[in-house]
Amino acid sequence: MSVLKEFTKGLWKELPPFRLVLGLCPTLAVTNSASNGLGMGAAVIFVLVLSNMIISMVRHIIPAKVRIACFIVIAASLVVAVELLMQAYAYPLYERLGIFVPLIVVNCIILGRAEAFAAKNGVAASVADGLGMGLGFTMSLTFLGSIREVLGNGTWFGMAVMPESFEPLRIMVQAPGAFICLGLILAGMNMLNFRQARRRGEQAEALAQQQGCGSCGGCTACGAGARDAQAQ
Amino acid sequence: MEIFQLFIAAVFVNNIVLAQYLGNCPYLGCSKERGVALGMGSAVIFVIVVSTFFTWLMQRCVLDPLGLGYLQTIVFIVVIAALVQFVEMFLKKMLPPLYAALGIFLPLITTNCAVMGVAILVQREEYDLLTSVLYGLASSIGFTLALLLMAGIRERLDTCRLPKAMAGTPIALIMAGLMSLAFMGFKGMAN
Repeated sequence: MSVLKEFTKGLWKELPPFRLVLGLCPTLAVTNSASNGLGMGAAVIFVLVLSNMIISMVRHIIPAKVRIACFIVIAASLVVAVELLMQAYAYPLYERLGIFVPLIVVNCIILGRAEAFAAKNGVAASVADGLGMGLGFTMSLTFLGSIREVLGNGTWFGMAVMPESFEPLRIMVQAPGAFICLGLILAGMNMLNFRQARRRGEQAEALAQQQGCGSCGGCTACGAGARDAQAQ
Repeated sequence: MEIFQLFIAAVFVNNIVLAQYLGNCPYLGCSKERGVALGMGSAVIFVIVVSTFFTWLMQRCVLDPLGLGYLQTIVFIVVIAALVQFVEMFLKKMLPPLYAALGIFLPLITTNCAVMGVAILVQREEYDLLTSVLYGLASSIGFTLALLLMAGIRERLDTCRLPKAMAGTPIALIMAGLMSLAFMGFKGMAN
């Protein structure tokens, strides 16, 4: 039962890029088409599930002091495996995603989940968590990619979906479109959240806001660091 | 002249945050105040320049001759992580004032994708050592510029009345989009 719960939380309650605001770089960079988003998501699922599994298996062996370094090396080995697999079986996708395939290793989601979940939980729960988070990430990327591709190119997964008279908004598939689109989606998520909370009669915090710097796992120190700086 | 053009292109035209989507986490996370932004920016400049130098040497002197190019990702991240650790210890011992200013930002730079991104980009573009280091310097200056501008805007935003759902990250992302739109205006200056 709890395994199922770990799996489903990644799909909505803790949806990685939109709710936890994790892993923004690939979210912005590769979503100029729906198929790129899907491909990137698949690569992240592979790395995340396996890294969560391996880390939860070896979590008692790794000394606490060097755990981050160990997590990074485990994730990096898996990313190399993904790179080689993509070069062998999905070369066009590998070319399109460019440097963002090797950069999966510094994606906050991988380290964030390793630190926040896999290092503290059993193998089954960690795999479920990785799978759920990975699927949530893929869904979000595909969603954002779909919006940008339809508005910016008039196509969806490469098929023309808009009427002939539609003039593509080129800006949507370029960098500014990515930022603005993601900003609006986050605002939408916040609004949804406020509305749900009001219905339950609770006071809700803006989700994306309370994270700030601590939003990405590797950056947790950043929030703390900034506070230290103020204290000095 | 060519080097100058590369420099301008890396700072403005292909700005690492606003055009290449690298280093977005610190861009949104550490841009709440100008002081923090400046500290983070200088630490990033420092680490990117040093790490570009060392990863370039690693690639050309170790990986390429041995035919281990496919290990690039894993070797680079280990080199960067070790380097950051080393720089931190060195500064702590030898240059305490600099450590006091940059120290807190150093540990989190390992997972800043701009560092790793620049190291991989210069390999894909096949720049020579000098060009690589200059490109690293220019990109990180571009990063600091974007971060500082954002921090300035967000300090003003604090005094504005925003719709509740927009406050925080959503409005920051939209500001980033507008800034990126402005930076697109530099296109044509260099490529």
